[in-house]
Amino acid sequence: MNEFLTQYAFIIVPIIKIAILVLLVLTVDAYLTWIERKVIAHIQARWGPHRVGPHGLLQPLADGLKFIFKEDPLPANVDKAAYFLAPFLTLMLALTSLAVIPFGPQRFKVLGYETHVGIADVNISLLVLFAITALGVYGIALAGWASNSKYSLLGGLRSSAQMISYELALTLSVVGVLLIAGDFSLRSIVEHQTGTGRGLLSWNIFPQFIGFLCFFIAAIAETNRVPFDLPEAESELVAGFHTEYASMKFAMFFIAEYTSMITISCLATILFFGGWLSPFPVTWTFTHYLPSVLLIPFGLWVIFDGMRYENLFGRILLPGVGTALAAIGAALIVFPMINDIVQGPFWFLAKVFTFLFVYIWMRGTLPRFRYDQLMSFGWKFLLPVSIANVVLTAVAILMWGKL
Amino acid sequence: MVPTSHYLLLSAILFGLGIVGFVFKRNIITLFMSIELMLNAVNLAFVAFSQSLGKPYGEVFVLFVIVVAAAEAAVGLGIIILTARNRRSLNVERVDLLKL
Amino acid sequence: MTAPLLIFFVLATLAVLGAVSLILQRHPIHSALSLIVVMVALAGLYLLMGAEFVAAVQIIVYGGAIMVLFVFVIMLLNAEEEERTNFSKLATYAGIPLAVAMTGLIAAAIARSSGALPAPAPSGALTSTKTLSMLLFSEFVYPFELTSFLILVAILGAIVLAQRES
Repeated sequence: MNEFLTQYAFIIVPIIKIAILVLLVLTVDAYLTWIERKVIAHIQARWGPHRVGPHGLLQPLADGLKFIFKEDPLPANVDKAAYFLAPFLTLMLALTSLAVIPFGPQRFKVLGYETHVGIADVNISLLVLFAITALGVYGIALAGWASNSKYSLLGGLRSSAQMISYELALTLSVVGVLLIAGDFSLRSIVEHQTGTGRGLLSWNIFPQFIGFLCFFIAAIAETNRVPFDLPEAESELVAGFHTEYASMKFAMFFIAEYTSMITISCLATILFFGGWLSPFPVTWTFTHYLPSVLLIPFGLWVIFDGMRYENLFGRILLPGVGTALAAIGAALIVFPMINDIVQGPFWFLAKVFTFLFVYIWMRGTLPRFRYDQLMSFGWKFLLPVSIANVVLTAVAILMWGKL
Repeated sequence: MVPTSHYLLLSAILFGLGIVGFVFKRNIITLFMSIELMLNAVNLAFVAFSQSLGKPYGEVFVLFVIVVAAAEAAVGLGIIILTARNRRSLNVERVDLLKL
Repeated sequence: MTAPLLIFFVLATLAVLGAVSLILQRHPIHSALSLIVVMVALAGLYLLMGAEFVAAVQIIVYGGAIMVLFVFVIMLLNAEEEERTNFSKLATYAGIPLAVAMTGLIAAAIARSSGALPAPAPSGALTSTKTLSMLLFSEFVYPFELTSFLILVAILGAIVLAQRES
């Protein structure tokens, strides 16, 4: 048995990693919807979901059950191949793009097979991500066309045109980072940002501030989020390209949108904000206790919060969660070896969640672009600025050696 | 390793299928797609030879072929749109007279 | 049956099935989707051969831009399924055997001379993007600039052709 595992470890280990990653990402997606509804609600001075479970924490579970049990209608005269293919394609591409993202610096051996924290370590991982983004246009175009409905077709065509236009700016705004790092591999881009251990100051955000702004704006347009979400705006086009999709297929589009949000946030942290690197200089080793310092008070607060609830469910669930969090925080202080392993992914997740919060914050705050404003912004402003960023970066590297 | 002749055989098969599609299909757009299939088959042969000889010149040429195919697709589809508007049909058998 | 050979056969079967489906489908949108499958399979084959940059460019440019153009035009022109008419007898009884014969001829020529082909690089050496870009800007800079001019002309041509008469 052991020999079988060791011989085929190069297939078994990635499959286990894929299973873990997909489960984690789907859970994060579900609770991202909860976070989004709560944050937007608090921005709008109301509460958001607070009845289903303590603090509305079981709302995603209720939503999932609703999606499973809802009727899945098939409109008349649809092109069946394209209608069924579109949501699968979108979801598949969104989940595949997570395969090339490195989540932490460690390399470890499992079953004699040397591997890293992430699924695939290719030396063109950035190009693979762009290829998957380029193919993502098809899901939306096919969904809009196959639904045999005016609103869907218009929404689908507009959304595809928007995605293609902003894809150019997205790709060009990253070229500055590529010039600085000299490699396509995401892992080596992060390792290049280690600098001389100065922490925050050696991240790519400082030489490439314009590049980061262009990247983030183009990325929001790519994922069809506010302020670029005209194709799926409720007041404009009913629901755009996913008007005729219900229940499970709509859930697939939904999950794909949140997963691509997560992917773009991961990309932004890796390319511009140092990935898994800590913002503090390497010599400040006391900052290694930051995860515990955050977890233990939070766990205690959750325990006290659970006491407020009258029903038994809140009184058991919340203190349980709180105790678990506090215990993890204490374990990190007691076992420094685990603390070292946790550092990289902790900073990575912290930065990713900051970007997700910015995404949700923008949804609660900004109005949406009109279609012609959107297209002229993409072609007449964002693309020239990205090209100018590339030229400036190249000139700077020529004049001052390495940036 | 996969012998180069396998790749060349696959390229020949794809090229032949492209020719069959070009001769037999009646929709202009599908004709055009068969041409793209032929170009892809040729690209495969280029990269196969580039790998077999160990020189990167084949891949450089493939990049040029892709670029030229892109330009050709853009202009060709523009012409197809115009033709379809004028003749009100995408059937290539209706485009065989100069008179509309 | 080593792993690369297995992957080659899987991808090659996918490509051939996609090409056959391109010919046999009646609706142009299904043909377009089959062609996209062929292109992705070919990108996989380029990766197998070690041409990583070409594989990425194939998906990004061919699969993500050119085929999107095709799909847009099919949607725009509201293309419909082809009507079933009878093919001319000449095309069926002379054309298909001729196509098979021509493919067989090329295949025979390849198989006969496969001994004369140099063996592929033993470890599947990857051509790095750096090598390709050094070549593009030193030895092939003239064709490179010409193709950028060609794209400019194509953009102008496409805009002029597709304008509505005002």
